[in-house]
Amino acid sequence: MAAIATSTQGHNPGLLVRLLSRPTAAAGLVAIVLIALAAILAPYVTPHSPTQLSIANRLTAPNTVYWLGTDELGRDILTRVLHAGRTSLSVAFSVVIVSSIIGIVLGLVAGFFRKADAPVSRLIDAMMAFPDILLAIALVAALGASAFNVVLALGIVYAPRMARVVRASTLVIRELPYVEAARALAVPTPVILVRHVLRNVTSPLLVQGTFIFAQAILAEAGLSFLGVGISPDIPTWGIMISAGRQFMNSASWLLFYPGLAIVITVLALQLLGDGLRDLLDPRLAKDI
Amino acid sequence: MLRAALNRLIGMLTVMAIVVTIVFVIVRVTPGDPAAVMLGPDATAADVEALRQRLGLDGTILQQFVSYVGGILRGDLGQSIFLGQPVTTALWLRAEPTFFLTIFSLAIATTVALPIGIASAYWRGSWFDQATTTLAMFAASVPSFWLGLVFIQTFAVGLGWFPTSGYGGPYSSLGERLFHLALPATTLGIVSSALIMRFTRASMLDVLNDDYVRTARSKGMSEWRVVIRHALKNALIPILTVLGLTAALLISGAIVTETVFALPGIGNLIVSAVLRRDYPVIQGALLIVAGLYVLVNFLIDMLYLLVDPRVRY
Repeated sequence: MAAIATSTQGHNPGLLVRLLSRPTAAAGLVAIVLIALAAILAPYVTPHSPTQLSIANRLTAPNTVYWLGTDELGRDILTRVLHAGRTSLSVAFSVVIVSSIIGIVLGLVAGFFRKADAPVSRLIDAMMAFPDILLAIALVAALGASAFNVVLALGIVYAPRMARVVRASTLVIRELPYVEAARALAVPTPVILVRHVLRNVTSPLLVQGTFIFAQAILAEAGLSFLGVGISPDIPTWGIMISAGRQFMNSASWLLFYPGLAIVITVLALQLLGDGLRDLLDPRLAKDI
Repeated sequence: MLRAALNRLIGMLTVMAIVVTIVFVIVRVTPGDPAAVMLGPDATAADVEALRQRLGLDGTILQQFVSYVGGILRGDLGQSIFLGQPVTTALWLRAEPTFFLTIFSLAIATTVALPIGIASAYWRGSWFDQATTTLAMFAASVPSFWLGLVFIQTFAVGLGWFPTSGYGGPYSSLGERLFHLALPATTLGIVSSALIMRFTRASMLDVLNDDYVRTARSKGMSEWRVVIRHALKNALIPILTVLGLTAALLISGAIVTETVFALPGIGNLIVSAVLRRDYPVIQGALLIVAGLYVLVNFLIDMLYLLVDPRVRY
């Protein structure tokens, strides 16, 4: 999140101020910063350990000592939710990075080189035909379940969305006078692409990246819940919900709070994404 | 118009060919030998070789691809390794719960989302618009499996109104089986209503500012008729698009929802196939689902050509 805040500042000095002047976007930004901070500072935020067993306190309902209760092994749920947030957030952020890299390459190639447009666009169409969870579980099944492969699979799944946005912007930028001038001055194509085109697609990339961040959190949780995600030894919000199912009737807090953490995080990201889109790309705001 | 239709058809077939290629490639990216991975470390070399042949993994990549495409064209998606039946049969036998789940959740989503979307566009900027838009965003932020579990806890275990899971016994009536779908369909319906609502709102906002709506109003036509007869009729095409695509994408939600509610549908089949590394089933499901999506997309395009005289590209 800090990365987004810094990059928005670097991109446009007034953006952060304008973002904060919108109540919903500001709420999203503040919430996501707090969530990220809580996850990063997890060891210092709560007095409990995420792995410390305490059989005497197993399945304790939320009280003043254990604010969100304890699980079947007496571990503090709040501490585990915060620690799981580290994994969930870093996996989702890595997915944004991977999908951006693939999406930028595909989008720039399709948008800038006329001959490549049709084949690359058809490839993007074909990839978009697979529902996200389905393609992700198929890829994880083929590659093997690990944090790296989950990131790679989801990165591939969301890359076409990024590619579409980059392609659409590149198509417009390609025709602008300064790109024409750069061409006339014999500036090498890779330099034009990076210095003149890519720089100007950062706004839509940022907007799309925020939405993919939100989607990736949901998808990663879904994969973990289905048992085809990251190893169950590493707590993520999805794994906590999945593990809490056994005690659904006697200790519903086991699955309720990790789910709530997902809802709040995804909602915050969507509010932030909406705000960014309205400010950076008003044309898109009309579509959805 | 015929030329436009032909162009779309060629585009659709190209995308379909790429889909087939992607599905073919997915199994081949498995590190090591997929047959050895499936059989585990205790398998003999002869077993592995036999499975390689069954999976169509023998021969060069080109030969494998040709035989794979040939199979698809004959309607043969291969044999499930663990179920001992053709993939098409395995999918067909589990199609009913998934089909009804999709139809039900789409019906619920549309019933909720369409009127709300129209109303929030009509009263744009009002408290109603803001409240429903926020609510839609909230619905889109909820993981469907978690919502399903919360529903089971509240309405099935707590209040005892609905069955907790399953699809009824083998001899239960259609009514009983559909009753088992009430909670899963509501779960999936709520989650997918967000997208339909936002699209309906956006689509209505577009047409509500159009000249013919202003003309209709200036003729003194009642607001109800302006909104329903003139605006909605024209806003429906984009809404139909998103409905069609949501229907195709619901399978994604069905994978998770069927697992939560232990419904014996295609989603459940896919998850167990993934856990057992039953590659032919995974490939078959991917192909059918993506194929349906491409087909729905194509049919919607054709619909545009037929009903909207402005579309002639």
